[in-house]
Amino acid sequence: MTELRKRGGGGGDPDSTDNISDKEADLDDRLGTDGECDGDSKADTPDVPLSTADTDNTPQYLNKALEGLPPRWKNYWIRGVLSIAMISGFFLIIYMGPIALILIVMTVQIKCFQEIITIGYRVYHSYELPWFRTLSWYFLICVNYFFYGETLADYFGALVQREEPLQFLSRYHRFISFALYLAGFCMFVLSLVKKHYRLQFYMFAWTHVTLLIVVTQSHLVIQNLFEGKIWFIVPISIVICNDIMAYLFGFFFGRTPLIKLSPKKTWEGFIGGYFATVVFGFILAYLLSQCQYFVCPVGFNSETNSFTVECEPSEIFLMQEYTLPATLQNILTWKTVNLYPFQIHSIFLSSFGSLIGPFGGFFASGFKRAFKIKDFANTIPGHGGIMDRFDCQYLMATFTHVYIASFIRGPNPSKVLQQLLMLQPVQQLGTTWEYLVVKKETHSTNNNKKKIGCFIAFFYVDLRINFNMLHGEQTVPILKRYRRS
Amino acid sequence: MERQMESRRGTQDSPRCRPLLMTPQRWRNWWVRGILTLAMISFFFLIIYLGPIVLMMIIKCFQEIITIGYSVYHSYHLPWFRTLSWYFLLCVNYFFYGETVTDCFFTLVQREEPLRILSKYHRFISFALYLTGFCMFVLSLVKKHYRLQFYMFGWTHVTLLIVVTQSHFIIHNLFEGMIWFIVPISCVICNDIMAYMFGFFFGRTPLIKLSPKKTWEGFIGGLFSTIVFGIMLSYVMSGWRYFVCPVEFNNDSNRFQVDCEPSELFQLQDYTLPSFLESFTGWTTVRLYPFQIHSIALSSFASIMGPFGGFFASGFKRAFKIKDFANTIPGHGGIMDRFDCQYLMATFVNVYIASFIRGPNPSKVIQQLLALRIDQQLHIFNSLKAHLTEKGFLPALEDLS
Repeated sequence: MTELRKRGGGGGDPDSTDNISDKEADLDDRLGTDGECDGDSKADTPDVPLSTADTDNTPQYLNKALEGLPPRWKNYWIRGVLSIAMISGFFLIIYMGPIALILIVMTVQIKCFQEIITIGYRVYHSYELPWFRTLSWYFLICVNYFFYGETLADYFGALVQREEPLQFLSRYHRFISFALYLAGFCMFVLSLVKKHYRLQFYMFAWTHVTLLIVVTQSHLVIQNLFEGKIWFIVPISIVICNDIMAYLFGFFFGRTPLIKLSPKKTWEGFIGGYFATVVFGFILAYLLSQCQYFVCPVGFNSETNSFTVECEPSEIFLMQEYTLPATLQNILTWKTVNLYPFQIHSIFLSSFGSLIGPFGGFFASGFKRAFKIKDFANTIPGHGGIMDRFDCQYLMATFTHVYIASFIRGPNPSKVLQQLLMLQPVQQLGTTWEYLVVKKETHSTNNNKKKIGCFIAFFYVDLRINFNMLHGEQTVPILKRYRRS
Repeated sequence: MERQMESRRGTQDSPRCRPLLMTPQRWRNWWVRGILTLAMISFFFLIIYLGPIVLMMIIKCFQEIITIGYSVYHSYHLPWFRTLSWYFLLCVNYFFYGETVTDCFFTLVQREEPLRILSKYHRFISFALYLTGFCMFVLSLVKKHYRLQFYMFGWTHVTLLIVVTQSHFIIHNLFEGMIWFIVPISCVICNDIMAYMFGFFFGRTPLIKLSPKKTWEGFIGGLFSTIVFGIMLSYVMSGWRYFVCPVEFNNDSNRFQVDCEPSELFQLQDYTLPSFLESFTGWTTVRLYPFQIHSIALSSFASIMGPFGGFFASGFKRAFKIKDFANTIPGHGGIMDRFDCQYLMATFVNVYIASFIRGPNPSKVIQQLLALRIDQQLHIFNSLKAHLTEKGFLPALEDLS
């Protein structure tokens, strides 16, 4: 996460003060925990070897390109260039389509997982543990298989029904995933070695918590993506914007520290970032709501075997008139304003991203401080690892998913249809009958023609089934129940 | 706790590698264990009769594991930690039980206004509660105790993952029909007891280094006797509607009812025996409930995989140098000691039911259908009608628009 700066202190090398203050924090931790370490050794929590916190990790070519500049500017340049590169990469990915997005999300997830597990190795000196690496990757594959299988079965229903092996896999999907997980569990139990029990249990738990955080988040990101690309782009952009805006506000105006955990964050940065993000989200939502490419749920066309993004935009992406409340009317002298309802939703998403998102960052800072590492890894020069970039996104994806499930989306129609088609024919008929009866009870009277039509249809069906005795005696009790009126 | 551990080590060290010498001390120990075992089994039947005391079991299990975490990390003085653990337990339980309640008590929930709002925004409310706990955790991080606090956070979450999800699956299984609750748990208990007996009388070859008292003879003897026990128990239970019917909530009388037409699983059918069994037993066909075949699968899982849960718990106890999880039940240890083999069984039964037994529930599908928009409903109705017409179950009718 880009660190906010305190103003004042003025000259000197902000970056080395950055390092120094971190080093001081590290020293404090070490001195402070010395007493703790003695107690800890009884509980057998090992010391962490210092990570490569102070060495320069920028690649050679960048170093050569920026030779002439003083060190502080060099760092700014590197961070700035990489930021712009990442943002452009983001836009490029969006144009590449859903499959590319899914692959990118999976790649990010695998890299995050690897970074956290590597930290676990270092913390516990557990490179020599038998089987451990294999088991961690095996569990990652199992959990991914489970989640992606569920997603695919939902969204590619028609394709899955066509192919015979896919149909088998999808029908027994949960059982197969569970069997795979069990195999991993048994391998873990069989791999327990006498002197390393505690280490092995720690790594087992570490793997599971990492899976819980990383894999579920990425799965929810993919599900958001299928709702419509706008639900993928807007939350991620909001978090990125909040990062950058809070950094800038803190840089220019920052005075009061926000939380002891991250001494470089300031209240000015926090509040400035909040308002800037809300405005940014508002504008971005306005721009994206107009394109069908972003707004439509990603559907899979089973005939052409490709993804389609064409649809009738749902109501939240259609311009509507809102009357302003009286206070705003006086200020702006407009009576009504034309907005997409999605823009109102974007205000909530931005608020969450600005207010609660930073807690994900604090969590990661606390984690790094607890295990005495400066960055998760050195994948991106100047920024640290992939986890450092994504730490604020942890909660955002879950929030977006829960938000959609609670406030936007009803049940998925194609899923309901799939379930209907899986019932026994007698149950299907019964279901249809019950649906019509319920509809009759709840709908107004201007459906008379339909009602009569339905009654005739089902009386006919009733007779036909009774006479043909399609399923022996099973149909009669069910139909008896429905002969109410 | 150390003193208790040492004293217990003196009395309970009974290797099963060869038949045991009978000493008065040993007999007393067995009496205690035997009586408590019978008491627990009777308690089990009482629970079936009385209902969800399962919730109390969960709370007790959770408390035992968290207490171990305290003692391992000397973290009694950590600020907020106890409050946060219980808070997370409440949140996760609220989420899971809310989902179950929404599913099973659908009509009741729709009637009462506050319940309806709670169920409609259930995920959001649960998530908000969880987030509050998460923020409290972040705000409670104290400079010198970061690592401890993260360890306890991880410990709490893994415990929740194991204990609460298993109990959620148990409740789900219960709603399928009490037989799906009773038979798996009985199989695991029977396997425990039978493996112990076989090991006691015949045990010679050790099974796994992790638990030196387990033997191959006990393992295999336990497998066969559990399968036989499972077949007999399911035969007895399949005849009773009380056990076989899904538990439903009757909207009119506001009570649970277990009244239904038993599904095909619980109706006697004729099976022709394969030829070698024919020559062996002299019968050509045999009348069985299909459920008895399923019970063979359940018993096999309980005997083969269940012990892995026990080994996991043994490894855990050995890793953290504790003899028992707690001292709740005299002679047996804590609740977790009794339930360690049940870990995987509940999940397996749930997955088994979902994969092999149960199709989608028609009334649930109706509920989902009614929650859609009108044009979507009509689209589905027309698709279903087309499907049925194609298959010949419906005569051709005009489309509803």
